[in-house]
Amino acid sequence: MIAYILGRIASLFISLIVASLVIFMVVEVAPGDPAAFMLGVNAKPDTVAALRAELGLDVPKAERYLNWVTGMVQGDFGTSYTYRSPISKMVAERLWVSLPLAIYALILSTLIAFPAGIYAASRRGRIGDLGVMAATQLGVAVPNFWFAMILVLIFAINLGWVSAGGFPGWDKGFWACMAALTLPAIALALPQAAILARVMRSSLLDMLDEDFIRTARAKGLTEGQALWRHALKNALIPVLTILGLQFSFLLAGSIIIEQVFYLPGLGRLVFQAITQRDLITVESVVMLLVFAVIVVNFLVDLTYAVVDPRLRARH
Amino acid sequence: MTLLTIDNLSVTIHGTPVLEGISLTLAKGEILALTGESGSGKSMTALALMCLLPRGAQATGRITLDGTDLLTQTEAQLCTLRGRAMGMIFQEPMTALNPVKTIGDQVAETILIHEQTSRPEALTRAAEMLTRVGLPYDRFPLSRYPHELSGGQRQRVGLAMAVALRPKLLIADEPTTALDVTTQAQIIDLLEGLVDDFGMGLLMITHDLAVVSQMADRIAVMQKGRVVETGPTAPLLANPEHPYTRMLFTAARHHVTLPEAPPPQPLLQVTNAVRDYRTGTGIFGRKGHTRAVDHVSFTLHRGERLGLVGESGCGKSTLTRAILGLEELQSGSITFDGAPVFTGHRANLAVRRRMQVVFQDPYGSFNPRHRVDRLITEPFHLLEASPTGALREKAIADALTAVGLQPSDAAKFIHEFSGGQRQRIAIARALIIKPDLIVFDEPVSALDVSVRAQVLDLLADLCRQMPLTYLFISHDLTVVRGVTDRVMVMQAGKIVEDGPTATLFANPQHPYTRALIAAAPVLPDLAESLTDA
Amino acid sequence: MTRPWRSILIGGALAAVFVLSALISYVWTPFPIDGVDIPNKLRPPGATHWLGTDHYGRDILSMVIVGGRTSLAVAVVAVGIGMVIGVPLGLWAAARRGSWVDEVIMRGNDLIFAFPSLVIAILITGIFGAGAVNAIIAIGIFNIPVFARLTRGAALSLWSRDFVLAARVAGKSSLRISAEHILPNITSLLIVQGTIQFSLGILAEAGLSYVGLGAQPPTPSWGRMLADAQTMVALAPHMALIPGLAIVLTVMGLNLMGDGLRDLTDPRIRMQRT
Repeated sequence: MIAYILGRIASLFISLIVASLVIFMVVEVAPGDPAAFMLGVNAKPDTVAALRAELGLDVPKAERYLNWVTGMVQGDFGTSYTYRSPISKMVAERLWVSLPLAIYALILSTLIAFPAGIYAASRRGRIGDLGVMAATQLGVAVPNFWFAMILVLIFAINLGWVSAGGFPGWDKGFWACMAALTLPAIALALPQAAILARVMRSSLLDMLDEDFIRTARAKGLTEGQALWRHALKNALIPVLTILGLQFSFLLAGSIIIEQVFYLPGLGRLVFQAITQRDLITVESVVMLLVFAVIVVNFLVDLTYAVVDPRLRARH
Repeated sequence: MTLLTIDNLSVTIHGTPVLEGISLTLAKGEILALTGESGSGKSMTALALMCLLPRGAQATGRITLDGTDLLTQTEAQLCTLRGRAMGMIFQEPMTALNPVKTIGDQVAETILIHEQTSRPEALTRAAEMLTRVGLPYDRFPLSRYPHELSGGQRQRVGLAMAVALRPKLLIADEPTTALDVTTQAQIIDLLEGLVDDFGMGLLMITHDLAVVSQMADRIAVMQKGRVVETGPTAPLLANPEHPYTRMLFTAARHHVTLPEAPPPQPLLQVTNAVRDYRTGTGIFGRKGHTRAVDHVSFTLHRGERLGLVGESGCGKSTLTRAILGLEELQSGSITFDGAPVFTGHRANLAVRRRMQVVFQDPYGSFNPRHRVDRLITEPFHLLEASPTGALREKAIADALTAVGLQPSDAAKFIHEFSGGQRQRIAIARALIIKPDLIVFDEPVSALDVSVRAQVLDLLADLCRQMPLTYLFISHDLTVVRGVTDRVMVMQAGKIVEDGPTATLFANPQHPYTRALIAAAPVLPDLAESLTDA
Repeated sequence: MTRPWRSILIGGALAAVFVLSALISYVWTPFPIDGVDIPNKLRPPGATHWLGTDHYGRDILSMVIVGGRTSLAVAVVAVGIGMVIGVPLGLWAAARRGSWVDEVIMRGNDLIFAFPSLVIAILITGIFGAGAVNAIIAIGIFNIPVFARLTRGAALSLWSRDFVLAARVAGKSSLRISAEHILPNITSLLIVQGTIQFSLGILAEAGLSYVGLGAQPPTPSWGRMLADAQTMVALAPHMALIPGLAIVLTVMGLNLMGDGLRDLTDPRIRMQRT
């Protein structure tokens, strides 16, 4: 058990290091000099040189990488060139929109998908199963940003229940913010819930075909009892994997959804930075998102050990 | 007193009949063996009794357990009967238990489902029952998970679950088939003891006639969904009436006679072979080694038929792979006619083209996408110049004819053949380059008893026709006894005994050999009337 | 007709409609898509313009048909990249299972999986410039581990089969065994996964185009049409509905086809049927 956790921690750090190297290198091999790139084609050479010095680009690459990484570890993400303000401060503000949105969507998606998947599996081949499967078939085919536009069209424009976008800020009260995040969260959650429900169903069905379910039935358990007491916990292992991946999709998806609803989240920050050629901001925000995803996957790995005694023993 | 009456039970699956007019009775304290070859419907009968038939199955007739007609019960009523009035234990101990629940919880569940009792109380009773089936509490605490137990121990847990409430009827579906012979003997003892203690009726389903003869009070023989013969064990074994039963029993007692082996002249020499496997993975995982093959030395002579016997995990597969040049040894050497099997880190092609192999699984041994001609000519790859045109055709035809198939079978796909025919094709593949040595790795273990007899006959025939040298690997003593001149017994990576087959079986020296021979159930000899017929 | 075949036919027909019309659009479209016709802008669906016109008066039916070219082409090439690189990697890892080669390939896969794909796609297109080619590369990279993992897993179970052992006894090299025995036995699996990745590729391309990082104007694409529609959604909802439906129907068609193919080839399901 301890060996397993240590192993996962080691792999967590290796992943983070490699990920930071990859991101650093992608930005490095960007066409031309970052400073020249940021300033655009018409910049004068001395302006570029000044910016290079200001951004710390005049030191060797290895040193620059180390500076970047050590800075991030201490919470210093560098200074945005366009906004002339610390990136960490901007990120912190934006994070308070993006993170609640992703978590909100994850909760919604789980709350919808688990019952739907379990219900479909328990009604295998019957009308209820076919209904859920048809709905998920539609769900996985719908692009979330388009779904978001349809929601805006119906609930904001036609019915006028909510505003079409924007974010009041947390100082305007919790419920106002939740109201602003509800449509985006639904738009993000439903397509993901469709995937999750399908995984839940097929994983449960796989388990229901296992020998130990037959054993349980021979003991006198009803079909439902066998499903809840024996199949479900075994079926959770693949579902957890997908749940971990979903967090990554939700974070990334929120970048696009924020565009639809004009939410001041990390996504908008990234796009603004890209259009304004603010490479340092792009680099740091992307690293932050990757960090979040890697950490979530690490947590998923730890929950495996809780669910599966074989894993605890093998290591 | 009759406990169970099956009256004219028929089952169809999606309209296809699988059981037709089954009628059986079972008394309290009686052991009824239901036997027959694969596909005869034995397991389907068991599932019909538990009313756990697969989807799309429809049962008709009457199944009366202690006065209750099971087929007219509602699902809810059946749930109160399963586990309480009737228990069942299955074949595969590796998958029959829930991997994420402790053995204590799984045994206690049977009690909690059926009785209003507290969890601690149920766990106490589970511990008692586990102790009764040979898993004493101090060595096997309730908190163990299935993966921490061996196959035999898991089968004991399965038994404890099935009999936790002392049901009147226990159904055992091939409970020992997946187990080693010594473990099998223990489980059979345990089953017999439980039947005596609890006064249960036991329906024992098994394909193994030796097991049947050893433990059953009465036997029912099934063929193609019907019961063809029923009767008390001893008379039925001595004097079967139905032609199918006769065929089955004759096949099970079948002995082949091998021609004399030529004078010894070494062909394959294994000297101090050692092969370790690393166990434990991961950066921080504990590293360990298990020694699969431990200083094994032996010589196989030209024209000799050598047997290698051992239980699962004894290292016989690893040794086989090393001989075939598929896995390198850590130390020691294997030479073939003086030449090493491995040169450097690569298999020696000159040696490899003189050896061939036949595997156990007739279904997994062939690429399903190729035709028979392509399948059996695969070893030609070993030759410097593989035959083409008419020569190739002739080689294919000869090999197929030698194993009792038609040359025209060359154009067929493998799925068009039965299990026994596939093993013939596997032998044809081995023969096609006329190797000096063939390794048979459990070649008849997956076959039904009648087909098994035919394949063993084919082996003996081939020995008469050509100078065949083989190494025959099996866990089954009876099979090895018939088709070898000399036998080696392997235990925990070591060869513990090595001697002429007749001598070794008549007078085993090593305690392990003795235990193996004692544990193997033996089918009593034929009655005079049948031998004459 | 069995259920898998029904899914394959319905799904295949749906997807085929879009693929065929995209192909036809190279020689003919109902209306030219590069002309601006302001007097006819924002027409709702009607007799002349069956699916209406956009804010420049362009025919939306023609736009959808032509836009399909971009979406489908990007997705096809991205799947191709994933297969051409991923499958050999998976075969190699399986052939050298347990060795450092296997370890490196699989850890590399894990790493790519750990990246949020869309974020990296945004990073790549943001830095190297928006456009169809960079979108293809960004989506294709994330297809590589999908195919590598699938191939390795399936190949591993085949490597333990006796017929592969027989080929090894016949002295065949790993490369030859992979080509002769492993690959032919996993093609159906790869085709199924291919259709799924194809539909995911269409969704990803649409997302990138929507945020302006995919195909650049004047090349029409479904995602760009949706981006254009966003500001008009109250005025002309059909501008948003129609390209979205095109995406949904294509993706659904491909998914249905993939499900049908999987049911047809999955040995476990096949066993249940017999």
